[in-house]
Amino acid sequence: MTHSSHPTHTESAKLVNENQCHMCMPLGGVVAFKGIENAMVLVHGSQGCSTYMRLTNVEHYHEPVDVASSSLNEKQTIYGGEKNLKQALDNVIRVYEPKVIGVLTTCLTETMGEDLNRIITSWRADTGNVDTEIIPVSTPSYDKTHTEGFWTATRSIIAHYAKTGVQPHARANVIIPHISTADIRAIQQILDQWGLAYTMLPDYSMTLDRPFAGRYRKVPEGGTKTAEIAEMGGAPVTIQFGQTCEDSISPGHYLSERFGVPLVSLPLPIGIENTDLFMQALEDLTGKNMPDRLQNERGWLIDAMADSHKYNASARPLIYGEPELVYAYTCACMENGAVPSVIATGSPHSRIGVLLETVLAEADEKPVILEGADFATIETAALDAGSTIAIGHSGGRQLTERHGVPIVRAGFPIHDRVGGQRILSAGYAGSLAFLDRFTNTILEKKYASYRELRKEELLSKIAALPGRECIAD
Amino acid sequence: MENTCSLTRDTDALITERRNSIITTGKTNTSISCTEDSLAGSVSQRACVFCGARVVLNPVTDAVHLVHGPIGCAAYTNDIRGSLSSGSEMYRKSFSTDMKEKDVIFGGEKKLAACIAELVETYHPPAIFVYSTCVAGMIGDDIVAVCNQASLAYGIDVIPVESSGFISGNKIVGYRAAGEALLRLITPKEGEVIEKTRKLNFLGEYNLGGEKWVVERYLREIGIGINVAFTGDSTVEALKKAPGSCLNLVQCTGSMHWLANVMQQEYGIPSIDVNFFGAENTAESLRKIAAFYDDPDISARTEALIEREMTAVRKVNEKYRQKLEGKRAAIYVGGAFKAFAIIRQLTELGIEIVLTGTQTGKKNEYERMGSLLNEGTVIIDDANPAEIEKFLIEQKVDVMAGGVKERFLAYKLGVGFIDHNHDRKDGLIGFEGAIRFTKEVYATTCSPVWKYVRNEYGETDR
Repeated sequence: MTHSSHPTHTESAKLVNENQCHMCMPLGGVVAFKGIENAMVLVHGSQGCSTYMRLTNVEHYHEPVDVASSSLNEKQTIYGGEKNLKQALDNVIRVYEPKVIGVLTTCLTETMGEDLNRIITSWRADTGNVDTEIIPVSTPSYDKTHTEGFWTATRSIIAHYAKTGVQPHARANVIIPHISTADIRAIQQILDQWGLAYTMLPDYSMTLDRPFAGRYRKVPEGGTKTAEIAEMGGAPVTIQFGQTCEDSISPGHYLSERFGVPLVSLPLPIGIENTDLFMQALEDLTGKNMPDRLQNERGWLIDAMADSHKYNASARPLIYGEPELVYAYTCACMENGAVPSVIATGSPHSRIGVLLETVLAEADEKPVILEGADFATIETAALDAGSTIAIGHSGGRQLTERHGVPIVRAGFPIHDRVGGQRILSAGYAGSLAFLDRFTNTILEKKYASYRELRKEELLSKIAALPGRECIAD
Repeated sequence: MENTCSLTRDTDALITERRNSIITTGKTNTSISCTEDSLAGSVSQRACVFCGARVVLNPVTDAVHLVHGPIGCAAYTNDIRGSLSSGSEMYRKSFSTDMKEKDVIFGGEKKLAACIAELVETYHPPAIFVYSTCVAGMIGDDIVAVCNQASLAYGIDVIPVESSGFISGNKIVGYRAAGEALLRLITPKEGEVIEKTRKLNFLGEYNLGGEKWVVERYLREIGIGINVAFTGDSTVEALKKAPGSCLNLVQCTGSMHWLANVMQQEYGIPSIDVNFFGAENTAESLRKIAAFYDDPDISARTEALIEREMTAVRKVNEKYRQKLEGKRAAIYVGGAFKAFAIIRQLTELGIEIVLTGTQTGKKNEYERMGSLLNEGTVIIDDANPAEIEKFLIEQKVDVMAGGVKERFLAYKLGVGFIDHNHDRKDGLIGFEGAIRFTKEVYATTCSPVWKYVRNEYGETDR
């Protein structure tokens, strides 16, 4: 292991954020609440915020995504938003009949200093409603991102439901970061194959990616059952795919501190080593051997890694997006010999810099690591470092448009392609699917232009030679 | 007083306070309630004041667009439009002052000034639009003063756009803020003389998928030049020459009527309303323009162009009309201007409009809309998904025209969908756009996939 430290730029010299690489805190909260059974989300602020969050989710998931707003305007900004929030709760209950309402603050209501707890207590007294669970979460975006919004809301949901004194039971807690619904299902399948009982939180795999069947429902079926969340304190263990998550907003850390549930903190199972870590944890927990099917999938992955390693070695990927995904894809690239050129996240609050030290110890060329970065900074770094391919969300599309750097799409939001929710990268089979996408993107780019490029390069070199007499036949 | 909602049962889960925002032509005696703030908790489809200003100004290609607020506002509107540029790509960059907690507590003016300085130094733009957001407005940052100071210091136009979202829940207020910013930009400085021209300005045209260029081609063919469009493919320099034009065309009335009126008063530029969406509308608009110039050559060329293009359109429409005749459509769009165009186009294809509405329509616009529609058509102002769902089912809709948020609700209900939103990539304007529209309506209304979707519902009768 080398001892060179990697440059981590947490603070940029420039003030302006140019082309954002992250979104606001309540957006992550919306996704987390969509993973709770029978839940509706209400964003306390001006109308635009909820519409933007709907739009971002709709464009990614290609599903109707309803998010209510308290629709504040000038008057409430001066006199307080209490009346609107109460009215919004009434209307949401009337139309959607949810069991749970997640109430998220916005920059506006945070600046106004709205006291959600007091307003909700007062609303209960007014209406006599004791049945609808209301979970307020503070989500100011002043220096946090949708990633922290996701973790904070998930933690708040647990804090709202989980009780002390629950009978110990055998269901493990499984807490996921903001991943595609295909990856959620892949992780669920693996857990099922091992025969481990679990409560997964949040589980938006059915609510934001609905199979077509039967009548349309305003609040779609699916999501984590609240009765199960209430019992998370009695679980034997918490598996959390959240290595980059700070303790102060970590749901798994909360369960461990409050209820003494041991926390197994794992990276996302993307790439062979990270998936091995997950399997090892499952072996430790269940005492069983890895199921044959997974053994085979592991074998297929290794076989594919061998087949494609030389192509992958030619790539210098740029990896950007939410910290947990960026970390996992970096691991997958490293073990396939594709040494990253730039690794970047919009979030300024993750442990990714420290975590990457170990992963990149063997890198022959050290990547640039950017935290709290905007896309202009990322783009410049990528061009300077000679990135040949990128892994990330739609925010990078101008890299392709302007500089011909293709993007293997991953993360959120993906609004310029279909199937953002179906992008599969988790588990051995998912890692193989990702690897094929990655390698084929390299090959597609190479085959589309290599004849022309080589011709230009080599013939121009011949042409540049001094016109000495050549011996001809 | 009879009204559709009085007929609906409690179980329909519609919100009582919205009763007067939904009417049925020929059946409801009350006129529609509109231009109100969105009702809390009703899941309005509306965006905000800031968004209104942003979409109007964004296509100014070489200006720097700086959003003064926390990160979300800029992130959600990053490269928001499908507007094309023939030159600068500056407008596709999304700049934010990225306000932090410290700025909220101590005020963000200093950071804003420093950000402007940084942008001037980095990009040397001809103008900077500074957009105010909820938080910037709430803490009382004086963006006007900061912009004025910066204008003096750098000798360029640094223009405040007062678009704090909380001013109202309505994009129209943002359109007005954008109009004021544009007026400020084009007002000649002391001693400046703007050259007069026989060219026209094209207001409310945003060059989505090159739509401005389509109309520009038609106009050039009949012998008329466009001075500048507001704001599709415009530059700061070109916009400043706008007061010299002899005529303003106004297409998107919601966003540009105010500015057209001011330009008439200030610069004596007359304006005519045009609408290039749909073949009939395009032909009518071209004739109106030709009549204004009152030149026999222009008129003759106009008629020749219309004749040639209409022949092509008719051929396509006749072919698809056979398949589309009798289908039932819903329209839910941002403004009335777009609704009128779509009503006309769909009607020409033999499709019946059974549901329509807008986010920002005004009373007189709804009255006109009602007069264009058959009895029994439902009209909704500021609709929400629950209402759209209810009426899509009740009215047995086959195809819907609207924006992204409605698209997947329609699909879930087995209803075809036509995107008519501001980030579309292929233009729908002019005769060629009319043909594209017809083909799109056919492709989505008559797609084989609905057979499978509706089968899942146990419904095969539509």
